[in-house]
Amino acid sequence: MKDIDYAAPKTVAEATALLNDKGDRARILAGGTDVIVQVREGRRDIDLLVDIKHIPDVNELVCDAAKGLVIGAAVPCCRIYENKEIARAYPGLLDSVTLIGGIQIQSRASLGGNLCNASPAADSIPLLIALEGVCDIAGPKGTRSVPVEQFCTAPGKTVLQRGEFLVRLRFPPPKKNAGASYLRFIPRNEMDIAVVGAGVSVQLDASKARCTSARIALAAVAPTPLLVADAGAALVDGAITDQLIDKAAKVAQAAAKPISDMRGDADYRRHLVGVLVKRAIHAAVARAKA
Amino acid sequence: MTKKLHISCKINGKEIDFLCEARQSLLEVLRDELKMTGAKEGCNNGNCGACNVILDGRLVNSCLVMAPEVQGHSITTIEGLASAEGLHPVQQCFLEGAALQCGICTPGFIVAAKALLDQNPQPTEHQVRHWLAGNLCRCTGYDKIVRSTLEAAACSAKK
Repeated sequence: MKDIDYAAPKTVAEATALLNDKGDRARILAGGTDVIVQVREGRRDIDLLVDIKHIPDVNELVCDAAKGLVIGAAVPCCRIYENKEIARAYPGLLDSVTLIGGIQIQSRASLGGNLCNASPAADSIPLLIALEGVCDIAGPKGTRSVPVEQFCTAPGKTVLQRGEFLVRLRFPPPKKNAGASYLRFIPRNEMDIAVVGAGVSVQLDASKARCTSARIALAAVAPTPLLVADAGAALVDGAITDQLIDKAAKVAQAAAKPISDMRGDADYRRHLVGVLVKRAIHAAVARAKA
Repeated sequence: MTKKLHISCKINGKEIDFLCEARQSLLEVLRDELKMTGAKEGCNNGNCGACNVILDGRLVNSCLVMAPEVQGHSITTIEGLASAEGLHPVQQCFLEGAALQCGICTPGFIVAAKALLDQNPQPTEHQVRHWLAGNLCRCTGYDKIVRSTLEAAACSAKK
C-alpha cells in the first residue's frame, strides 16, 4: 500500500476536525473490508485513514421495544446477528448481515460502511430502506439526519459533505404484524456480489389478510439502491393474493434500470427483480403472520 | 523515513511489541516483521481466507486489518494452535484426513475450522461448508477438508 497515516480519534468532534482538515485526502476506517482494498489497489487515493472505532457513539448497539433500534456506524455484522433481541424483532435485518461477504468479512464489516461505500449492489441497503432507517451524520457544523433512501447519490457517492461522517443508523420500533425479508441472486452460494437484490417490509392489519403498509427496495438494478414507492403502494391495494403480489412485483420490475455487465445482462436482471420481489414479499408476509 | 508506530498486543497468549508503518496490514506485520509466516497471502483482498487469524475471538482476514488497529487487542494465529501436549484436534484430523495437498490454504482453513468449533462444537455439514465459504482451496476440492472438520468435532464430542 502507498504510504498513508493512521489516526484514531476518541470523539466525534476530533473526527470531524480531522476529516474537515483533510477533505477527500482522508477516509473513514471502520471494518475496513472495502476501504483497505480500495487504497491498496489504488482505486482510492488518500493520505489518512481515520479509525473511528475508538469513538463510543459508533459502537453503540441498542434494541429497545419502545425506542427502536440504534446501530452505530462501525458495529460489525457479527454483533448484529448474534443479538437475540434484534434477531427476534428485526429478522429481515439478519438476512442482510449474514449475507455480506463471509464469516471473516462479517467479523469486521459494518452496515455503516456498507452504506457509505454506496455500491448499487450493497446487500444491506434495500433492507435498511425497507425498515425506514435514518442516518445520523456529524460534521463540522453540527449534526443532521437523512433517510437511508436519500443517502446514496451515485455509484460510490453519498450525501456526505467535507468533514462529515456517518455516526449511526436508527430504525423505528418494530410494528405489530410486521415482517421483512431480503433476498438476492448470486452465482455461487456465498461470497458473491448481488446480481439483483430485493428488500421488502410489510405491515399487516389485524386480520392479517391485508397490508396496511409496505416498502420495497432493490439492489444492483440502478445507479443507487432503489426505493420503489409505487411497488409498496401496490401491495396495500387489497387483500394479499398471489395476483396482488404479482402486480407489485411487476411495478418493481418496471422501475428497475439494470445495466448489462459481467454479472448479468439487463433482461436477466429485470426478470430476476420480478422473481425475487415476489419471493421476498411472500417471506415478509409469512414473518408478519408468525 | 516514514514514521513508525509502536504497537503492543497479545499474540498466542504472549505480550508482543512491534514497530510498523501505518500502511502495513496485520498480515504484513505477522509475516515480515514478526516472521510468523503461517498466515499466507493468497489474494490480499479478503476473498481467499489464507491469511485467517482470530482477533479478540473472531475469525478475520488479517489482510483486511491494519497493523495499528491491533493495539491492545488479542490475536491467535496458526502458530498458536498446537500445545505442549500435541496438535490441536483440527490439525490432527486434517493430517489424518489428508485435507491438504500443497498446503497454502491449510493454515487459514485450520484457523477457520477451529473458530467454527469454538463457537459451534457440533456443526452440521451444511454449517461447516457455509462457515468455510470464505476459505478457498485450489487443490483438494474441499471434500476432505469438510470431512476432517466434522471428524474433529466428533473427536471432541467423544472426549
